[in-house]
Amino acid sequence: MDLEHAPEDEEFRHTARAWLTTHVPVTPLPSLETEEGFAAHRKWERTLAADRWSVVSWPEEYGGRGASLARWLIFEEEYYAANAPGRVSQNGISLLAPTLFEHGSPAQLARVLPPMASGEVVWAQAWSEPEAGSDLASLRSRAVRTEGGWLLSGHKTWSSRAAFADRAFGLFRSDPNADRPHRGLTYVMFDLRAPGVTVRPIARLDGKPAFAELFLDEVFVPDEDVIGEPGQGWRVAMSTAGNERGLTLRSPGRFTAAAERLVALWRRADPSDTALRDRVADAVIGARAYHLFTRAHADRLAAGASLGDGPGAGLGAHPGAGGLGGDPSGGLGGDSSLNKVFWSELDIALHETALDLLGAEGELAGHANDSPDQGGWADGWLFSLAGPIYAGTNEIQRDIIAERLLGLPKGRR
Amino acid sequence: MTFLLDDEQHEFGRTLDRMLSAADVAGAVRAWGADDTGPGRKVWQRLADAGVFALAVPEEYGGAAPDGHKGAPQDGRCGEAPVGNDGAAPEGYRASGLLPLLTVEMSLAFVVLGCHAMPGPVVETVAAAALLRRLDDPALNRRWLPGIATGGHLVSYTDQAHGPYALDAAAADTRFVIMDDRLLCAAGHGPVQPSLDPARRLARPALDDEVLASGPEVRAAAAHAADVAALLTAAQALGVGRRLLADTITYVQQRKQFGVAIGSFQAVKHRLADALLALEFAQPLVFAAAVALAGGERRAHGERRTRGDVAAAKVAAGEAAYGAARTALQLHGAVGYTEELDLSLWIRKARALRSAWGTPSACRARVLAGAP
Repeated sequence: MDLEHAPEDEEFRHTARAWLTTHVPVTPLPSLETEEGFAAHRKWERTLAADRWSVVSWPEEYGGRGASLARWLIFEEEYYAANAPGRVSQNGISLLAPTLFEHGSPAQLARVLPPMASGEVVWAQAWSEPEAGSDLASLRSRAVRTEGGWLLSGHKTWSSRAAFADRAFGLFRSDPNADRPHRGLTYVMFDLRAPGVTVRPIARLDGKPAFAELFLDEVFVPDEDVIGEPGQGWRVAMSTAGNERGLTLRSPGRFTAAAERLVALWRRADPSDTALRDRVADAVIGARAYHLFTRAHADRLAAGASLGDGPGAGLGAHPGAGGLGGDPSGGLGGDSSLNKVFWSELDIALHETALDLLGAEGELAGHANDSPDQGGWADGWLFSLAGPIYAGTNEIQRDIIAERLLGLPKGRR
Repeated sequence: MTFLLDDEQHEFGRTLDRMLSAADVAGAVRAWGADDTGPGRKVWQRLADAGVFALAVPEEYGGAAPDGHKGAPQDGRCGEAPVGNDGAAPEGYRASGLLPLLTVEMSLAFVVLGCHAMPGPVVETVAAAALLRRLDDPALNRRWLPGIATGGHLVSYTDQAHGPYALDAAAADTRFVIMDDRLLCAAGHGPVQPSLDPARRLARPALDDEVLASGPEVRAAAAHAADVAALLTAAQALGVGRRLLADTITYVQQRKQFGVAIGSFQAVKHRLADALLALEFAQPLVFAAAVALAGGERRAHGERRTRGDVAAAKVAAGEAAYGAARTALQLHGAVGYTEELDLSLWIRKARALRSAWGTPSACRARVLAGAP
């Protein structure tokens, strides 16, 4: 058992660090939840892509570096340590792309992935509906067969990035007579500027249009934009959901970097407050635990734990309860539920502790001149609050943990 | 180069688990608490025969460290001692006093010991071996290490910087005490004090006996031994927590209320999910600390950082085990609040381990001292 990386992987780290040192903008970009910030972040994606740093784990033919999971984690560590901008293409890269690698046709991969890697096409997710949040199987928006494709109608909501994004992906009910609610669903990609689409931005707590409602009125989608078989959308989507909760959305590098900034903040603040000190320590411990848990997980995958063969498969849908203790359940994504609950609560704890350390200045948000970090911690706190809600609420994740990892009986929610 | 236990290590853990499952450890714990150490020493001997204590002792004193156990890396990459052709560590390395323990295997063993609520000064005996190895005085080594390796010698070990009470001073064959920069061998001890966990018998050691060593190297060796003790306490706590969770899962599937198993209630599930979360994320901290400690200062990591890793493991495992104890008690209900049920052995141990070899607060301070 060891925690050292292979020398070639450390070499990769140095290459990534050198590139980031040269290219990361000195002045932080404006929030990507604004029109101006969105454009700036899209430009950053282009910069990343020009030197093949936007999708390091993808095969070279789609703009990646064919990096192993270990190297992807190293890259993420360096990325966040360099304080590089948030990724406006994240929905596409970490949610849609793994699904395509697993279920997409070669033509779809060739058509969709390169513009995703370059930031030319930014994707939004269209999962939730007003009546279907955690209970995704109850969604109602429909896809009706038509000549050469499908007509989408219905109402999607809480669609992240949709206010400024180009395209979206989601599930639609294509067979209303299916015997079970999660059958008869189809996974499609569609254009947010197609005729029949109305996008209504929704302001989140801080007023920024971080998500949107989508109203769809007979929006035409050609057959080539259906992922997997029509009617099999649930199965296709589940791999994506595992990715969202698991590694790819919240790589440990983000929390490790935040914990280091928190320690620096604490060293400047009042060290005599032991209650705050203990919270700082717990955040540091949590970030390290998350890093190590992920490391063990990645090593298990590299050692050949069962997975699909697609290049994106290494980034999600892994078996078991993780850690070093083996696999009490045989899998089904329960481990990504462990991850999700842990990082979402860790994220809030990190940011709340920072705001408490900042005291009166902790109230200053969004590029406030007086704030030592330009309101970065306040903005981060606001973002962290959504963590336990999206990607399947933490209550649902705890049910999954209890049923799939601990083997407890199903019951009423 | 992977952060995974290998097959041999897994098999070692499974073997210990099978062995302790077959022994009546719960009976031995109860007897130990009632001052009858016979059954406990019998289990101790079986652990020694399985090689647990030999892991802490170099081969020349009858042990298996650092190169005697096949599961250990042989190429020095892991920060292990460079091994010569004859299997002995080169002289220069030994002289540096940095002979590493097989802390990964040892941690694994202590998770299993925690699962079975093993009584006695298990942590302290291994810590004493770590102390002696760091001091590397051949006379002291010859006097104690062979007995520790074979299981015939139980050591109670106290560092007065960590607290005044010696665990199992009455039951142990030797009582080591660290007092400032002196290592004492205490002939006697004060009265055994009642403690929260009856199987952990606490007494003040006598402080005026044989001085075995003194000087700054004793203080350094004691700091190392305290790290080993904290790590193994964390590993033991992890095992305690795992057992509390496992027994509670069994219980909530059998126990019915309102016509259904209480394990189908969301409130019950969520408490158990949280218990698993805490344990799952504490576990890699424990093994990472073991890896760091196995390397000692030879790794770029640095001693302060290693100490922080151990402290992080101690906090996380201690809190996870204590949380699992609270959950186990709540979900068992009044039955769990009885001494008669064996669950009580683990509930009380979880509380005791939380402050043994580093209180949560002291450990948190150490985590921050070691943070980059």
